[in-house]
Amino acid sequence: MTMQQLREIGRAFIRRPAGIVGLIMLLVVVLVAIAAPWLAPYHPKDKIDVSPGDLLTPPDSEHLLGRDDAGRDVLSQLIYGARVSLTVGFVASFMSMVIGTTIGLVAGYRGGRIDSLSMRLVDFLLVIPDLPLMLVIISMWGRGLWKIILVIGLLGWTVTARLVRSQVLSIKERCYILRARVIGASHYRIAARHILPQVIPLVIAEAVLAVSGAIIAESSLSFLGLGDPTLVSWGMMLNFAFERAISRRAWWFLLPPGFAIVWVSVGLILIGSTLEEIVNPSLKTHHLFDSRRMMARIAGRVPKEPAPDHTALVETERAE
Amino acid sequence: MSLLEVRNLSIDYLREDGTALHAVEEVCFTLEEGRSLGLVGESGCGKTTVILGILRLLPAQGRIVSGEVLFKGTDLFSLSEAEMRKHRWKHLSIIFQGSMNALNPVRRVGDQIADAIKLHENANDGRQVEVRVHQLLDLVGISPQRSRHYPHQYSGGMRQRAMIAMALACSPDILIADEPTTALDVMIQAQILDLLQKLQKELALSIILVTHDLGVVAEMCNDVLVMYGGRTAEYAGVDTIFNEAQHPYTRRLLQAFPDIANPSSKLASIPGYPPPLDALPRGCRFEPRCHRKRAICAEQIPILEAVQPGHYVACPFREDN
Amino acid sequence: MQQSNYLIRKVLFGLVTLAVVVGFNFALFRILPGDPVKAIARSPRLTQEMREKLRVEFGLDKPVFLDLERLKTGDVIGAFDTQFTAYINALLHGNLGISFRSRRAVSEILAERVWRTVVLVAAGETLSLVLGITLGLVAAWRRGTRADMGILLYALFSWGLPTFFLGIILLILAQGLLPVGGMVTPGLKPEDGWVYWTDVGKHLILPTLTMAIIYTSSYILIMRSSVMGVLSEDYILTAKAKGMSTFRILRSEALKNAMLPMVTIAALNLAYTVGGAIQVETVFSWPGVGRLMYEAVMTRDYPVLQGTFLLLAVAVIVANLTADILYSVLDPRVKAG
Repeated sequence: MTMQQLREIGRAFIRRPAGIVGLIMLLVVVLVAIAAPWLAPYHPKDKIDVSPGDLLTPPDSEHLLGRDDAGRDVLSQLIYGARVSLTVGFVASFMSMVIGTTIGLVAGYRGGRIDSLSMRLVDFLLVIPDLPLMLVIISMWGRGLWKIILVIGLLGWTVTARLVRSQVLSIKERCYILRARVIGASHYRIAARHILPQVIPLVIAEAVLAVSGAIIAESSLSFLGLGDPTLVSWGMMLNFAFERAISRRAWWFLLPPGFAIVWVSVGLILIGSTLEEIVNPSLKTHHLFDSRRMMARIAGRVPKEPAPDHTALVETERAE
Repeated sequence: MSLLEVRNLSIDYLREDGTALHAVEEVCFTLEEGRSLGLVGESGCGKTTVILGILRLLPAQGRIVSGEVLFKGTDLFSLSEAEMRKHRWKHLSIIFQGSMNALNPVRRVGDQIADAIKLHENANDGRQVEVRVHQLLDLVGISPQRSRHYPHQYSGGMRQRAMIAMALACSPDILIADEPTTALDVMIQAQILDLLQKLQKELALSIILVTHDLGVVAEMCNDVLVMYGGRTAEYAGVDTIFNEAQHPYTRRLLQAFPDIANPSSKLASIPGYPPPLDALPRGCRFEPRCHRKRAICAEQIPILEAVQPGHYVACPFREDN
Repeated sequence: MQQSNYLIRKVLFGLVTLAVVVGFNFALFRILPGDPVKAIARSPRLTQEMREKLRVEFGLDKPVFLDLERLKTGDVIGAFDTQFTAYINALLHGNLGISFRSRRAVSEILAERVWRTVVLVAAGETLSLVLGITLGLVAAWRRGTRADMGILLYALFSWGLPTFFLGIILLILAQGLLPVGGMVTPGLKPEDGWVYWTDVGKHLILPTLTMAIIYTSSYILIMRSSVMGVLSEDYILTAKAKGMSTFRILRSEALKNAMLPMVTIAALNLAYTVGGAIQVETVFSWPGVGRLMYEAVMTRDYPVLQGTFLLLAVAVIVANLTADILYSVLDPRVKAG
């Protein structure tokens, strides 16, 4: 991807308010995560002056979001939790992106048996229910941050692969590829120099959306009790809150982590959708997750892509 | 009273940023009963827009800026949408080009034709409707059993014929055919044209034929309206156009067509391209490519004048014979 | 002819997927570190008798895949006398092992709880589909208007909302108004007839609502883009030229075409819905297989975990196959290949 392309995308992005809002939302969280040690009033694991009266206390001047069932400061946990979510999100998504792009590139470019095999694999993974699979793997394998990242990353590449493959297929037919072949450029060179740069912008848009999916996946796993026990993550906060605070209606413990997850996810989705719209405006479908998976699955079946809207069921008007 | 009279029809397309593209400007013509009109011009000259405009079927960005369309005296533009719907198909029907997807692929052909009948005639008797559908298919040379088939089971030519059958379902006064043969191969083209001619005679149909093929026009039409850049260039009877055309564009168009009497003569193409809608010339639309242009042509839009009764030309420097 | 070709391919793929899932399930529990099979033998909760039974049934003293020793001596049949074959054999007999926690047969526990999840998922999916199709249609038809924007905003927002958190929110909001836990008020039994079933229904409201709010959005988006695609097709212009009203066009021309992908989507969605069911059942203590999985994770009840995963995976595979068959029936274009 050239600097020129980057600048163009940047300019197009700035013109879209949805994207800007998303970016701001994300940056807030990133800054909080980075500045955690300075921002958080307490260490998340500190149990401060714990006496029975100090458990599950509502917000007050010393603890802006109150305390949890073990006397710890909720706000600090919330701030440090950002680190876990963002780490899992970005690393897992990066992993999926790399795997997906490679497979999609190879499958699309080489075609033939490699292609069929890869796509069967994609079909296969799309059919297996993901949360049960992740649950099973993590509970067998053991808890831990890197294990979670690996599992989410290794299962999330399918959509990217499909997308990259279809892009590659359409690019493959173009003249300059044939010219390069005639000149004698090696396959690798062609793929790297000509095809990959065209595919990268789309992959990045996808990756941003994938980050939000990874964050939600991690929070679901943590909520169900499989998070890294040495760390504080939003999902785990919700796990404790649900187990212990719900009957006491401790909203200060129950709601903030969830809202934080929604905040960062929505921010990422706004950015990702905007990027997607910019780099591939012919994609009339809104590629938010469920839909992405499903569109990837039925891409082979539905015969046509949506055509530009030249007919609308609107009354013909007379200009004034 | 004429069957159809179009007066000063102007249509714009609105772009995303709100600016208007002038697709059609001040087009006028008249269609009498039993006669047919050929609407001729290069791609993008506005012919399809004209007929979509007449039927009020423009896409969302289309705007009818001015004009009147009088069908048997009634201005179609003054009707409400509900009233207009009653006129559609019953009085004016249309067949589109390339009919690949003009028929719904997941519904049976017979059902789609029956739709039209049920919509406009108060036909509640399923049996009667079915009989009529079979009659129509027979009329266009399709075996009635095929009414149970789906469009993908028809060949391209058959689909076009099915569309014709559907268009005739309510015995319309006017049939509009938008490039009916363009997407078909030559043999089928001839079939379709023969069919249209036959129907025209048998049913005393008035046809508006939109095409860029002068040969078709010569065979089928009584009058010809030549369009360029959204405006009328020349409008006259078919014989006049072919033998006494005066507009430079019309003459070049005729020259560009192979003449069977002179098979070895060179085909003359017109250099250049039609003007893009967002960069229309200030004056005559054809001026950039015209071989008879003068300075004033780039400044002033030529007026459509009657050089003889029934022969209109929009060029002050027309070629008299 | 082409249609049966298509179907055969799909069935074959389904079977292969099934086989791989079964194999994967086996591998997972024998190969991952912390071999739980050995743990079975040492699990203090099981009686000696049960342990022996398990050892025999699952061939825990035998090699995992292939007995190389026996193979070398030429005993090909005997070479397959391994854990893997024992596992397949057990599966074919419907034997999924014994729960560590309750010492009951896993298949029995699953059979008992599965219908509760089916009810929940069916209710959730139905509501989601109805809402999704309607709202998607409206959004596409009224494209660009505030209604469309609003619907899209909802879809976007509900995507970033974890299912379990929505459940928690609804639970807090509805406390006092609707039952928030379990399937039925303690004390009521099926024999109580109508009273029992309405009570179950009341308990079903919140979990179903949670699932519907989350999953409707994906249906909306698909339906919307599908309808938009259909509305730009030539035959819609033909329909309008025929004099059909907008409503009629939507109903008779657009709907069927636009809904074709929904069939496949509903089935593929099941892979996600199952994940959502696990979360919803956990939050609302709905005693289905989703909650069972959660409990199994908590108590490290590996046989139950394994059995539930197999059940869920098989269910989704079968659902997808059904959808493929249905799609080929509904779309006449597929019939011709």
